[in-house]
Amino acid sequence: MAEVVAVAAESLAGSRARAARTVLNQVVLPGEELLLPEQEDAEGPGGGGERPLRLNAGARSRVRVVCGPGLRRCGDRLLVTKCGRLRHKEPGSGSGGGVYWVDSQQKRYVPVKGDHVIGIVTAKSGDIFKVDVGGSEPASLSYLAFEGATKRNRPNVQVGDLIYGQFVVANKDMEPEMVCIDSCGRANGMGVIGHDGLLFKVTLGLIRKLLAPDCEIIQEVGKLYPLEIVFGMNGRIWVKAKTIQQTLILANILEACEHMTTDQRKQIFSRLAES
Amino acid sequence: MAQKTKLSKNLMRMKFMQRGLDSETKKQLEGEEKKIIGEEHWYLDLPALTKRQSFLLCEDLLYGRMSFRGFNPEVEKLMLQMNAKNKAEVFEDKTEEVDVSDEEMARRYETLVGTIGKKFAKKRDRVSYEEHENGDVKLPKEKEMFLKPRD
Repeated sequence: MAEVVAVAAESLAGSRARAARTVLNQVVLPGEELLLPEQEDAEGPGGGGERPLRLNAGARSRVRVVCGPGLRRCGDRLLVTKCGRLRHKEPGSGSGGGVYWVDSQQKRYVPVKGDHVIGIVTAKSGDIFKVDVGGSEPASLSYLAFEGATKRNRPNVQVGDLIYGQFVVANKDMEPEMVCIDSCGRANGMGVIGHDGLLFKVTLGLIRKLLAPDCEIIQEVGKLYPLEIVFGMNGRIWVKAKTIQQTLILANILEACEHMTTDQRKQIFSRLAES
Repeated sequence: MAQKTKLSKNLMRMKFMQRGLDSETKKQLEGEEKKIIGEEHWYLDLPALTKRQSFLLCEDLLYGRMSFRGFNPEVEKLMLQMNAKNKAEVFEDKTEEVDVSDEEMARRYETLVGTIGKKFAKKRDRVSYEEHENGDVKLPKEKEMFLKPRD
């Protein structure tokens, strides 16, 4: 890890922008500028920042690139704003460019539109509920934003309930708003999460790791005993199993698996399977 | 007077003067107008970089609710549904076991046409149905209409 940081610091000192393609899956630091693939050719090997004048500037191929979390546009380059590893995803079906983002780790959640989160109802005022999602402000949830809710038929939500919903409005200028239905009006599993169970907090990176399609941890956990888990992108996990002891074991495993190696994890699972 | 008076450009652009033009010249004029308007628009000569804050489109994440070993059957059904939607494998088993095979359906429909037709047929047509009742249902003869004399 030390060598990687040294290399990154060197390039910063040299103050020459690197091509994003060469830095994939490496550590990047805030303040670095990255070149998009289409600009590499213009820069050349010893470019130094001077671009040749073009007469047909409008004819440059415009590949639509999405800059994801941790990156920002700076002129026509990408500016890194978080430290972490640079990742890239190829475009699935031809809508050009692909996505670049920085895989960083943090504990504090910032509401993002479209994220599914677990919230705790803190207040009921008039037509809306105030839901604490771990951000800077409590989100507002209208009582009509549940499946089958009408003005006469109010949802059965009390203060202190757990809600699984998604954000429809989440930017730095406004109070976040969440709903428990999708765009078609169906619940799709959102709404009040049942009674009992345990809610605990982990880092945001762990949630994304656990929700990856090929996550072994979840597959192994699922073989232990019957259980139910809900993951919120705001770092909150709710678990429920048949007995309190099983629930606590599950919570401990999920919290600890962030810092365990594969072997340690396999040891623990085999020990559990025996008992 | 040898020279014809030239009409101004603005006059030519008016609607009543355009009616006489044929489609080709119209298209040409339209094209020229669009080019003029397009070149007047200003644009940033930067690569198209859209900014998205969500991790959802960066990584294919599974659905957030999970249930294992039958703890919550509804959630397990939801899991299949939502994860299939993500991976675009919505092609479920459409080739399920049907109660009635296709051949038998075809046979039933053949006779069904006759049975229903009989219901709506007039009494004199019903006779023709019953004549051919040994499974082979033939439709009744066409109704004999009054034929006008030729001349």
